[in-house]
Amino acid sequence: MEWMPYLAGAGIGVLSWFAFLISDKPLGCSTAYANTTGMIERFFRGKKTEDKEYYRKIKLGIDWQWMLVLGIAAGAFLTAIITGGFALEWVPSAFGNKFGYDPTLRWIVALLGGILMGLGARWAGGCTSGHGISGTLQLAISGWIAVVAFFISGIAVSMLLYGVI
Amino acid sequence: MLEEIRKNKKLQLIFGFIIGIFFGFFLYISGVTHYNVIIGQLLLTDFTVLKVMMTAVIVGMPGIYIMKSRGIVNLHVKQGSAGSTIIGGLIFGAGFAILGYCPGTVAGAVGQGSLDALFGGVLGILIGAGLFSSIYPSLYEKVLKKGEFMHLTIPEKLGVNPWFVIIPMIIFIIVILGGLEYIGL
Repeated sequence: MEWMPYLAGAGIGVLSWFAFLISDKPLGCSTAYANTTGMIERFFRGKKTEDKEYYRKIKLGIDWQWMLVLGIAAGAFLTAIITGGFALEWVPSAFGNKFGYDPTLRWIVALLGGILMGLGARWAGGCTSGHGISGTLQLAISGWIAVVAFFISGIAVSMLLYGVI
Repeated sequence: MLEEIRKNKKLQLIFGFIIGIFFGFFLYISGVTHYNVIIGQLLLTDFTVLKVMMTAVIVGMPGIYIMKSRGIVNLHVKQGSAGSTIIGGLIFGAGFAILGYCPGTVAGAVGQGSLDALFGGVLGILIGAGLFSSIYPSLYEKVLKKGEFMHLTIPEKLGVNPWFVIIPMIIFIIVILGGLEYIGL
């Protein structure tokens, strides 16, 4: 039996206590991306960007969640470097073995997937962290329904892509 | 004391970063920052993602509800609706399968050196989130507000003390996880 997923999961559960306690925030990631796009838009289009209804709602700027997402990248980087797992890689092996190791194909597919994910995450009001972990652990109806929708669609689309069904 | 800490914006940015570092550490050591592990979950050959998420839930949930009953934390529950949660969730799931990372794990994948996560995943999510901000005003009334859920939480919907849901939920999740280990997944 592999213990690491359980230890890491328990660690994330404890981390969520701290997020609620010291920051009054649930763990969540996807708003940070909308925020970043808004800040990039503001850089080019100026202050009027802030009048966009959605950006008024989420409030643009470097905030707690933005730093959280940056911290995730930093934490994974440090751990990967220390454990010797850091590797620059364009095509993950599961993808490469099925569709070939052409970086361009993987890049286009990842970009398309990312666009759908960014759209869907904001549409649903959360992602695998915000709904999938923080929503479900608060017994939120929106969290449990979202996570079921994520997995039904994710399982169906990945099985179609990989030709399982 | 807690109020002062929570209101200190600079300190909160540091807390966000530190909590993020731990989050990235846990995601990385569990394996879920890898495309292969996430796609394995969606193809139902590797249940690491489910194990991580469900363990986080059974540890996080009682702690949050104990602190809530003592009045030291607030819940942050999002109002959902069919038009927002279900439609958005299905779009998200398609992106999840095609990208093979999620918004949190993609950041971890960038940290471990996955270039597809950086130039494909992160860039795509930024574009998709921007796209949403542009269509948000026209979606709001017509889609996002359609079929709003009547209640925020499961105990509220059932009209019971939260612990009548928490304890069976923890037992249910342990049985599911135990079952997965028993059949060797």
